[in-house]
Amino acid sequence: MHMADALISPAVGGVMWATTAGLIAYSAKKVKEKEDDRKVPLMGVLGAFIFAAQMINFSIPATGSSGHLGGGMILAIFLGPYAAFLVMASVLTVQALFFADGGLLALGCNIFNLGFFPCFIVYPLIYRKIIGGHLTQKRIMFGSLIAAIIALQLGAFGVVLETVFSRISELPFRTFVLLMQPIHLAIGIVEGLVTAAVVSFVWKARPEILNAAERSIPIGKVDMKRVLLALVAAAVIVGGALSWFASSNPDGLEWAMFKTSGKEELESHENVHTSLAGIQEKTSFLPDYGFKKGEPVETGPESDVKTPWPAIDSGTSVSGLIGGTLTLLMVVLIGLGLKRRKDIS
Amino acid sequence: MNNIGKNSFDIGYMDTLAAGDSFFHRLDPRAKLITTILFIVTVVSFDKYTISAMTPFFIYPVVLISFGGLSYKYILKKLLIVSPFAILVGIFNPIMDRGILIQLGSIGISGGWISFISIILRFVLTVTAAFILISLTGFNAVCEALIKFWVPRQFVIQLLFFYRYIFVLTDETERMVRASSFRVFNSKAIGFRVFVLLIGNLLLRTLDRAERIYRAMCCRGFDGHIYIIRSMKIGYQEIIFTFGWALLFIFLRYSNIPLKLGVLVMGVLK
Repeated sequence: MHMADALISPAVGGVMWATTAGLIAYSAKKVKEKEDDRKVPLMGVLGAFIFAAQMINFSIPATGSSGHLGGGMILAIFLGPYAAFLVMASVLTVQALFFADGGLLALGCNIFNLGFFPCFIVYPLIYRKIIGGHLTQKRIMFGSLIAAIIALQLGAFGVVLETVFSRISELPFRTFVLLMQPIHLAIGIVEGLVTAAVVSFVWKARPEILNAAERSIPIGKVDMKRVLLALVAAAVIVGGALSWFASSNPDGLEWAMFKTSGKEELESHENVHTSLAGIQEKTSFLPDYGFKKGEPVETGPESDVKTPWPAIDSGTSVSGLIGGTLTLLMVVLIGLGLKRRKDIS
Repeated sequence: MNNIGKNSFDIGYMDTLAAGDSFFHRLDPRAKLITTILFIVTVVSFDKYTISAMTPFFIYPVVLISFGGLSYKYILKKLLIVSPFAILVGIFNPIMDRGILIQLGSIGISGGWISFISIILRFVLTVTAAFILISLTGFNAVCEALIKFWVPRQFVIQLLFFYRYIFVLTDETERMVRASSFRVFNSKAIGFRVFVLLIGNLLLRTLDRAERIYRAMCCRGFDGHIYIIRSMKIGYQEIIFTFGWALLFIFLRYSNIPLKLGVLVMGVLK
């Protein structure tokens, strides 16, 4: 399952989008460099193939459940890492737009989790190393299996990190990891077996296809890859730190004021301000968005009472609930009104 | 049986919706793309305990769906289909976070439930925004907008080709699956071996098809360049649309209207 927008914070989404955009630009440049006109229709049609194949459910032997193909590894084997990454990105884009399988903001994360790891990490570093230039049945099986397992483990771990860093879901890191990794181990094994079987089938039926693919796909320079990995790691760390920081300081202005002047609010010494403030204090029904308390509550550095964040007390919440319900009702009425107008016109 | 036919029907249906005619349909796709992204980022930027402050944001989908002639029922149905993931992850919030946050008389509502409802609201808003974008714009127009936004051409051309051939491939796959299921006694999911053979043959056919397509393109003068022609204009309507919604989103984000409304009502009731 792909990440949804509902579980993501803008910081994480933005960082992953920046990383993915960079990777797309890089892959597009590499594909253009190769000047292979055949690639254009091939990429499109293979993408449609993966899309269609993903819709077929097959039963997994020895279990009662069914599964479906992921496809990243197959794409990488037949197209090479750069083209395969673009194709995977387009499959995920269409899934996000038409089927809401993953949100638009989370699309960056999903393309990274399901595209970067199979195409740029697992394919060159594991699959190609195991194949080692000689295609044999055993190597295909072994290579696909190990590659798929690792690719899915990395992808699942990516989902965990992105969710935890966003801090919208309360799932603690350890629980989430212990849930995700074993499930995706099983999924990885199935994916590896399917990939191995399909690649073997093609290799037995038409070996020249795979041989041509092997020969024509150069592996990129290792330096570039290291640079990319470093960039990615930096982006993840920085983004994570930013979102942590942002969420523990609720009101930036008050925090900034506190840091600079030692007070969270400005004190006024002028008469007009004090008299107006007095009037406001008497007439405000919900001062500071809470119910009026018996004696004034102290804020500021001297008070020992540490208001837990978020400081929601009953006053705010009741007005919030009422306001929220009313707003929803208004929106529904507006919607009905608009609909009726359209039907009449 | 498999839902291949249903899936390709969905894509075709949304593309048909995009061919409709309304003020929103006629807007430049770039304006709609920017507004959708702004909407999603604003909704997602609320902190995890926000519920009422998010409710005014429903005005955006409501206005667009009503004036765009889209169907609420269809969108709700699709929402339900995709909701399991968000619910499954979100349900951990009430389990983990039990600190009472709101006291309504004698009932205490924990922070976990509040953040869970917040997740559901986020989910509904963001998913609906994405559907509306596609239903009002159409995939081809979105791709052309992407090119104008400096997304690499290779990628967008790939997207367009891919989209074009989804229908062809899903048709072929559906025929294969149907043929195989007529010849098998097990009416549930396809067996592993049969699946591999199906997919393997489909892959071979796809590779051949790609070769045929390439040759057909060469016969028609393909030289490696793909030319995309569409006249897109940014006019007053697009600027008003984008800036209007953007200002509204920012205003709603930072001034908690439902809260003020509730305060007013409580004041009147007292």
